[in-house]
Amino acid sequence: MPETTFLDSTELVLNMGPQHPSTHGVLRVILKLDGEKVIGTECVIGYLHRGVEKIGENRTYQQFAPYVDRMDYVAAVSNGLGYCLAVEKLLNIEAPPRAQVTRVILTELNRIASHLLWLGTHALDIGAITPVFYCFREREEVLKIFENYCGARLTTHAFRVGGLQYELYDGFEQQVKAFCDMFLPKVDEYEELLTNNRIWVARLKGVGILTGDECKEFGVTGPVLRAAGVKWDLRKAQPYSGYEQYDFDVPTGENGDTYDRYIVRMQEMRQSVRIIRQAVDRIPAGPIGKTPKVIKPATGEVYVSIEAPKGELGYFVVSDNSTQPYRMRVRPPSFVNLQALDRMVRGGLVADVVAIIGTLDIVLGEVDR
Amino acid sequence: MGKFFRTIFLVDLFQGLWVTFRNQNPKNIYTEQYPAERPKVAERYRGAPRLNINPDNGETLCIACNLCALACPENLIVVGSERNEQTRRKELTTFTYDLSRCMFCGLCEDACPVDALELTQDFELASYTREGWIWDRQMLEEGPKPTPYKC
Ligand code: SF4
Ligand code: SF4
Repeated sequence: MPETTFLDSTELVLNMGPQHPSTHGVLRVILKLDGEKVIGTECVIGYLHRGVEKIGENRTYQQFAPYVDRMDYVAAVSNGLGYCLAVEKLLNIEAPPRAQVTRVILTELNRIASHLLWLGTHALDIGAITPVFYCFREREEVLKIFENYCGARLTTHAFRVGGLQYELYDGFEQQVKAFCDMFLPKVDEYEELLTNNRIWVARLKGVGILTGDECKEFGVTGPVLRAAGVKWDLRKAQPYSGYEQYDFDVPTGENGDTYDRYIVRMQEMRQSVRIIRQAVDRIPAGPIGKTPKVIKPATGEVYVSIEAPKGELGYFVVSDNSTQPYRMRVRPPSFVNLQALDRMVRGGLVADVVAIIGTLDIVLGEVDR
Repeated sequence: MGKFFRTIFLVDLFQGLWVTFRNQNPKNIYTEQYPAERPKVAERYRGAPRLNINPDNGETLCIACNLCALACPENLIVVGSERNEQTRRKELTTFTYDLSRCMFCGLCEDACPVDALELTQDFELASYTREGWIWDRQMLEEGPKPTPYKC
């Protein structure tokens, strides 16, 4: 029997990551290839595991709040909102109206920042280098608002259980309004660069199709689900923090391919601006809420989920009537969405893997926690 | 017909190039020349910690209540105190702050009842050694002294 050499094998195993620039962090994907075709993938995660849930069980409720910012560090404000809402529900309290409106404004600004970072890096993966500079330029404006408001740009720790820590600074409304006015034409500009660009269209159309049923099967949420035509947005479905008062649309796609996901996210940024504009005009006067000195909820458990930029972000908190949670479980959108990667890339080309990882918009800090 | 025209004349590509061209204005430069120009950070910026002293008599404002150490999730503040037998009050002796573990969340600052501990606008915190990040009371009161950079 002749010896088998590598020429006889039709399968090639290729490691992508964990230091690959287009895996958006430390994701390792083991690709099984047949020529250029992907016939199977396996994700290896955990390179950024810090045990956030376990840390939560060893900290008091107030002390854990800064740690949630470090899961999805691109959308730290959303993480903080979800956590605060969960603990508030556990305590049966509600933030005062002024705090709620401020929370909505900051969370929507954060959604814009997160989508901008996604757009920049996604375009960079596909080969369009220009958008990343423009996106970061506009993202900087959002980060400046965060810095002015709470003193940090990325890991903001902006909200506290029971309301806010910081009063709005002078000129907050003007700065947010100026940002909105400046930002909408910029979205058109990105669209001008990309939407009709033939390379962009050729690389994205029909790539990584995930139908609505498949999304539901995997538990995929967020823009990926909406691009498949399922109109599901927690801000509409189970309004929290007063989202029912705002008038906005939920953009959906049709085909569930990478191009539709791009269009959906672009529309979402416009809708966010719409929400922010409505909210800025109706910031009520009044108290901003106060963190209880000691948080000691009665025995019980809650699950609270919000619509984070990347999908449904849920917190499951179990209390045993002490100052520390008995169990802290986080349902991160990126982690769940990442499962669909295998279904999306199977049968596609290697170059599409990069596009699909980009379109899933994962943040490894959140996948690994 | 319209589609054919657009394809032949690369309309989509020129549209994109026009955007890049519009953004070429040298007035729109966003780069900060950092060491030469120090960026102005926000008023509420959470940077290097400072232990405030009373400007009138030079005494520390800290009443050694230990609340900041209890509030800190990272347990990195150690407050040393001693009871003064004459005034029967607790007085601060040492204060250690391990900056290398700090995440600048601001919880210690919020907990302080007399605004003695404050996160300031200094952001130049680099050090050559790990020990250099463990700040003692004197360092906390004087603040970091970054080398000014001329260029
Ligand atoms: S800023 Fe946060 S981590 Fe740093 S000392 Fe204060 S409480 Fe601790
Ligand atoms: S909380 Fe303020 S007063 Fe109390 S020990 Fe800390 S710095 Fe001193």
